Amino acid sequence: MPQNAENILDHENLFRQPEYVEMFENKKKNFEFSVPVDKVKEIIEWTKSKDYQEKNFARDSLTVNPAKACQPLGAVFVANGFARTLSFVHGSQGCVAYYRSHFSRHFKEPTSCVSSSMTEDAAVFGGLNNMIDGLANTHSLYKPDMIAVSTTCMAEVIGDDLNAFIKTAKEKGSVPMEYDVPFAHTPAFVGSHITGYDNALMGILRHFWDGKADTAPKLERVPNESINFIGGFDGFVVGNIPEIRRIFKTMGIEHTFLCDPSDNWNTPTDGTYRMYDGGTTKQQVIDALNAKATIVFQQFSAEKTAKLIADHGQEVVSLNHPMGVAGTDQFLMELSRITGKPIPAELELERGRLVDAIADSQAHLHGKKYALYGDPDLMLGLTQFLLELGAEPTHVLSTNGDDKWAAKVQALFDASPFGKNCKVYPKRDLWHMRSLLFTEPVDFLIGNTYGKYLERDTGTPLIRLVFPIFDRHHYHRMPIWGYEGAMRVLVMLLDEFFEALDANTIIPGKTDYSYDIIR
Amino acid sequence: MAKLRQIAFYGKGGIGKSTTSQNTLASLAEMGQKILIVGCDPKADSTRLILHAKAQDTILSLAADAGSVEDLELEDVMKVGYRDIRCVESGGPEPGVGCAGRGVITSINFLEEEGAYDGMDYVSYDVLGDVVCGGFAMPIRENKAQEIYIVMSGEMMAMYAANNISKGVLKYANSGGVRLGGLVCNERQTDKEYELAEALAGMLGTKLIHFIPRDNIVQHAELRRMTVLEYAPESKQAEEYRTLARKIHANEGNGTIPTPITMDQLEDLLMAHGIMEAIDESQVGKTAAELAA
Repeated sequence: MPQNAENILDHENLFRQPEYVEMFENKKKNFEFSVPVDKVKEIIEWTKSKDYQEKNFARDSLTVNPAKACQPLGAVFVANGFARTLSFVHGSQGCVAYYRSHFSRHFKEPTSCVSSSMTEDAAVFGGLNNMIDGLANTHSLYKPDMIAVSTTCMAEVIGDDLNAFIKTAKEKGSVPMEYDVPFAHTPAFVGSHITGYDNALMGILRHFWDGKADTAPKLERVPNESINFIGGFDGFVVGNIPEIRRIFKTMGIEHTFLCDPSDNWNTPTDGTYRMYDGGTTKQQVIDALNAKATIVFQQFSAEKTAKLIADHGQEVVSLNHPMGVAGTDQFLMELSRITGKPIPAELELERGRLVDAIADSQAHLHGKKYALYGDPDLMLGLTQFLLELGAEPTHVLSTNGDDKWAAKVQALFDASPFGKNCKVYPKRDLWHMRSLLFTEPVDFLIGNTYGKYLERDTGTPLIRLVFPIFDRHHYHRMPIWGYEGAMRVLVMLLDEFFEALDANTIIPGKTDYSYDIIR
Repeated sequence: MAKLRQIAFYGKGGIGKSTTSQNTLASLAEMGQKILIVGCDPKADSTRLILHAKAQDTILSLAADAGSVEDLELEDVMKVGYRDIRCVESGGPEPGVGCAGRGVITSINFLEEEGAYDGMDYVSYDVLGDVVCGGFAMPIRENKAQEIYIVMSGEMMAMYAANNISKGVLKYANSGGVRLGGLVCNERQTDKEYELAEALAGMLGTKLIHFIPRDNIVQHAELRRMTVLEYAPESKQAEEYRTLARKIHANEGNGTIPTPITMDQLEDLLMAHGIMEAIDESQVGKTAAELAA
């Protein structure tokens, strides 16, 4: 056998050894009874055709590889952004294992989250006992300051009522009566993770502002000069929030992040395990009611939350993941307008450097075609930035983006000469994208880790700028927001371009006439 | 704007719940109240008499066609009927498949999010049968119906169902604001029906809010897909519904936390009124042939 203790082969190379190659061939020949190779090839070729694309786009009852996750994932994200808060998902245990592993694979950090472990008896009799025992265990074992409850499909189908359950659990002594247990119904079969983000954040604000489920007086708003910031569901949150904080500080703006998981998913290795780290405190949530205005950085991540805040008398400015030069300009000018504070020279300098960098590299990105998919706001931000660079966001696709979103993307296309041949695809999935990449090829694909299968099938190089990113490390640590963030995105776009160019010119004596030192 | 009042009608299937609720709500509309009816029965017949037709465009059937409830607009599902009463039917799956309870939750969430309740004086939920699962308890959750009216009759199973529904209300009344508004007895002309209904109401810690006498005019109106209020506004029966409507209108905040009884207590009640004879334990489980022997 090729494996020995002195030189252990990883599976990457191990299965290429002659013993394995032979074994797999025999297995296929003698046991798998598979379709002839020619037939497989023929079908693969057919899936690349226009004919197949028409059938693919006529699909109405089947989704293949949706570019979205479910509501509770967003709710767990939100709970992670509050200080010493434990996320409690009422429902099946397996679902919770998924949220935890999904985040941990992306952030490379443990993600604390508990489940009420409903099983068949709970499905029949309702999950009240699971709530009672679950809250009591969570409170006594992990000692959080707050338990944020959300639900999986199972609890939602049988119609468990969180409000009543939590009250009953308190009466039974699971947690003290005055203990904070905000909640949100997050049926996984409705909307996506951004809907769950919205519901969970609204649940927390409503709990503290509107009388803690009728156990305390509603808070009265006494306006001050502070600004709230709601980032929305964001895979780069660990890098983005510190960047936004820096901008606020540079401008001298008093601010509160409503949901800030940037420390929780970025704990140091210094010998102390931190089950909870950083995050928005309860007092900050209470004080946030008095803020002058709230900036929602991703409109589609917080539509209901935005309405709740506006109903409490605050100005709410909802943006669509503004990035790049014009996007960041818009964000900063809104900040300046609301607070009356000027944009400091330091930020202007950063802007100038970004513009300079774009100008240096502009020739390479001009006219390049991109296909991109992901959450609706991120797609708007990236589309705007790509158009700004003179690139063409040829296919912009979102599974959880609706027609309202599509109209916004179209408006961006219409406002730029580079948007002329671009098209937006609301409520589509990655199998639709696969067809598009064959019939109307582009130069690059922007997506998440799951996009690597599209890269494999279609040969379109993948740039990872969308959550989740499992197969590259530490991307989430660097911001993509602000001028600094735009610089980083620019570099990522350029890196992939140069890599592709080098790969295409690397054959000695054949293509290396263009394998240049200077690009 | 007056505060929105939310009520719900529950009761055993076939008891005349939808007929009673629609006639009562038509009377409330006559009193100038702006009303929204939310039918929570997969049969979708809670608004038939108001609309003169069975609503085909239920929320769930349209959602199934469109792919998801998020693709619907309020105008698609809301119909306006007699005296501008707004009608919505939740709809639901065919018998034997799916989950009608989840359908109720989906529909009510949709209506709330779409602002269907804005500008209304009354929202009335018409719910099928018993509170059989969490979905059918949706209308009695916190911030939904404040008062529950149980439609029943003097039949044992109707009283049994009324007791069961009280249990459902009790579950939510302790932790929330929902209250039992009262019993509405729809006369079936069983023995001592009024007395029984009164007695049951007493044991459940509520009151018999109204006793509706049986009158064939209800059937006549129903055949024409109309409420009695519309079909024969001058009739005696129309006046009965008006009385019930006035009582419900005046009953705001007077609901109680019910005190459900056991099956044995229910049987005792029937025995006390001579409806059921005391059970001779030696006869239980014996066939007629065995008893004759």
